[in-house]
Amino acid sequence: MFLEALDTLLADHATSAAIRRLEAGEPGAGLWNAIAQAGFLDLLRSEEQGGAGLALTELFPLLECLGRYGAPLPIAQTIVARGLVPDLPDGMATIATQCQRPAGGGLRCLQVPAGAVAGHVLACDGDRVLLLDCANVHRDPVGDQRSLVAHLAWATDTAIVVVGDTGGRQLLAYAAALTSALLSGAMQRTFEMALAQCNNRVQFGKSIGKFQAVQQQISLMAEHVLAAAIAAESAFRGGGPAPAPLAAAVAKSRTSEAAGLVAATAHAVHGAIGMTDEFDLGLITRRLHDWRMAYGAEQVWNQQIGLQVLDSGQTLADFVQAV
Amino acid sequence: MSSLLGQLRLAELPPQAEVMRAQVKMFLAEALEPAPAHVRARSWMGFDAAFSRRLAQRGWVGVTLPTQYGGANLDAFSRYVLVEELLAVGAPVAAHWIADRQSGPLILKFGNDAQKAFFLPRICRAEAFFCIGMSEPNAGSDLASVGTRARRNDAGWLLNGQKIWTTNAHHCQYMIALVRSSGEKEDRQAGLSQFIIDLSLPGVTVRPIRDLSGDAHFSEVFFDNVQLDPNALVGTEGSGWSQVNAELAFERSGPERIYSSIVLLELWIRVLRERADGGSHAATIGRLAAHLATLRNMSITVTARLAKGESPVVESALIKDLGTEFEQAIPQLIESGLGDASGSALEGELAATLAYVTQIAPSYSLRGGTREILRGMIARGLGLR
Repeated sequence: MFLEALDTLLADHATSAAIRRLEAGEPGAGLWNAIAQAGFLDLLRSEEQGGAGLALTELFPLLECLGRYGAPLPIAQTIVARGLVPDLPDGMATIATQCQRPAGGGLRCLQVPAGAVAGHVLACDGDRVLLLDCANVHRDPVGDQRSLVAHLAWATDTAIVVVGDTGGRQLLAYAAALTSALLSGAMQRTFEMALAQCNNRVQFGKSIGKFQAVQQQISLMAEHVLAAAIAAESAFRGGGPAPAPLAAAVAKSRTSEAAGLVAATAHAVHGAIGMTDEFDLGLITRRLHDWRMAYGAEQVWNQQIGLQVLDSGQTLADFVQAV
Repeated sequence: MSSLLGQLRLAELPPQAEVMRAQVKMFLAEALEPAPAHVRARSWMGFDAAFSRRLAQRGWVGVTLPTQYGGANLDAFSRYVLVEELLAVGAPVAAHWIADRQSGPLILKFGNDAQKAFFLPRICRAEAFFCIGMSEPNAGSDLASVGTRARRNDAGWLLNGQKIWTTNAHHCQYMIALVRSSGEKEDRQAGLSQFIIDLSLPGVTVRPIRDLSGDAHFSEVFFDNVQLDPNALVGTEGSGWSQVNAELAFERSGPERIYSSIVLLELWIRVLRERADGGSHAATIGRLAAHLATLRNMSITVTARLAKGESPVVESALIKDLGTEFEQAIPQLIESGLGDASGSALEGELAATLAYVTQIAPSYSLRGGTREILRGMIARGLGLR
C-alpha cells in the first residue's frame, strides 16, 4: 500500500528534470513537500505520534524505492531521525557519523550526505547522539557539487544538544543500513537501464544483448545486484528497534562493493551515450558512487568486521550465522 | 530482472532447523576422527564409507526421504543445517553425498515402486553410494550431445558408450547416467533418458583418473554391451533432460557451492590470531565474512523456494557462479598474503592445506556447470537469448 503510493509520488516528483534542478542547487521544495505532506517522513513514528508505526522489515522496500529514483535529498535520513527523536524540528534532517572536536571548541562533521541543504543533523559522537541545528553552520561542499555532500562546522558549542548518552552505535547502524537499501534500489534501476540498452541498441544487425561477451557481463552484474539486495534486506530483519550492527556492517560492505561493479558495467554497456550530461545514466551512477562512500565505503566496514571476527574466537562459519 | 529479484526475498531458517544444529555439532564432536586441515579440506570430495555409515546410523543419510524407506523425513531447511555443519568442519561426506542430495530425491520423485523399495532403504543405510554419469569425452559443456546409447532389447536395454570425469565412480555401487535411448545426436535434448546402472554388471569398466593434486577423485567409465534390465530406466523414457534439470537446482544452490574452501579459511584465521600482525589482514577477513554471510542468506532463500516445490534454476545458477567465485578467491587471497612465515606448526599446516586447495580450486567452477555456461543460463533467464 505504502510502496505503491510512494512509487507513484516519486514518479511524479522525482523526475530526472527535478533531480537535475536539485543537483544544480535549487531548493527542491516540490519533491520534499510532496513527501512531507503525504506523511512519508513519519513512517517510523508510532501511530500515537501520528506516524505509520512501520517495522524495519516494512521500511526496507520503501527505502529501496527511494533509492531507485536517486534523489540526493535526505529523505531516508529524515525518516530515521524523526523515528528516533520525537521532538525533532520539521524540515530536512540528515545523519552524520564522523565528528571532530577542534581544539578551540565547536564541532566538525565530515562528509555529511545532504550536508549542503539539511536544516538539522543527528550525529553519532562515539556512543552519544547529538542534535545539531544548521542555522549558523559553515558548509564546505566536498566532492562532486551536484551530490550535496558537505563538511559541516560549528564554531561554538551553542548549537550542540546532546539527545542521548547512548544510541550512537544504533544510529551508525541505521545510517549504514538505510544507505544499503538506497544502494540496492539504485542498483536495480541501473541494472534495468543496462538491460534495456542491451535489448534496444542494435549493432552488427542485432541487439547487443545477443552477443555472448555482453551477456557474460550482464549476468555477472545481475549476480551482484541480487547479492546486494539480499545483504541490504538482512540488515532490516530481526525485529529489533534498530538494525543489528553486524548485519548493517555486512550490508554496507556488500552493497558498496557491488556498486562499483554495477556502475562500471552499466557504463560499459551503454557506450558513449551514457557519458553525456543529457542521458539519465549519469544521474543514477553518480548516486551509486555517493552512497558507496556515504558513512564509509566497503574497506572501512570490512576492517571493522574483520577485527570483530579475529576477536570473536569463533569459527567464521559460526560467526556469520548471526547475520 | 525485477521478476527475478521480486521472487527472491530474504528467507530465514525456521527454529526447528536451528534445533538440529546443536544436535549435529554434538554428533560431530563425538563421531568425527580428528584429521589435519589438509585432509579435511577435501570437503565433499573426502570419501570415508565408515563415517557415512555412522551418520546413517544416526539417521542422517537420505534425510529428506520418507520414514517408510528409512529416511528421516526432514525438511529442506533441516538438511541445510546438517549439510552446513558437515561442510564447515570438513567432514568426509563424499561416499553418501550424491545419493543424499540428488539420487535419492530423484528416485523418490520419478522412480517406480520397485525402484523406491530397493534403492531408498539402501541409500538411507549408506549401503548404496551413487555417482552421476553426465560428461563424456565429446560432451562436456555441450551435455545434450551425449553419445552413450541404450537400445531396447528383449531383456531390457543394452548399454554401450563411455562416461568421464565421474566423481567417485570407482567407490560407488550405482551410477545414474544420462544416455540416448532414441533418436540421433542432432535431436539434442529429445530422446535422452536416465538409467540406474549397477556398476558391478559385466561389461562395465571403471578406471580412476589421477588428478593434479595427486588424488583420484574422478574416473572414466566404459560400457561394453552392458545388459540392463527393464527396471534400470528411471522416470519417463525421453524425459531425461528435464529430469536432470530439476536435479540441477538442488545441486547448484546448496552450501557445497559456498564452503569448499572454508577449512582453509578457518585455518588462516587461526594463524592470524596467533600472530601479532594478524590484524593487518582484518579488511580481507571482513570482506570474506561479508561475502560468506550474504551468500549463505542467498542460498537459504533459494532453499525456501525449493522447499515450496519450485525449481529456481536461474537463481541457482546465479548463486553457484557467485559462490564458486568466493571459494576460488580464498586460496588466491591467502597466497597473496603469505611469504613471511614465523615457522609455527599451524603455519606449516596452512601451507599444506593451501597447496591442496590452490590446485583443486579451478574445479569448483567446472563441476556442476562451468562459469560460462551458467552465465549463459542467467542471460537466458533475463531474456537476452
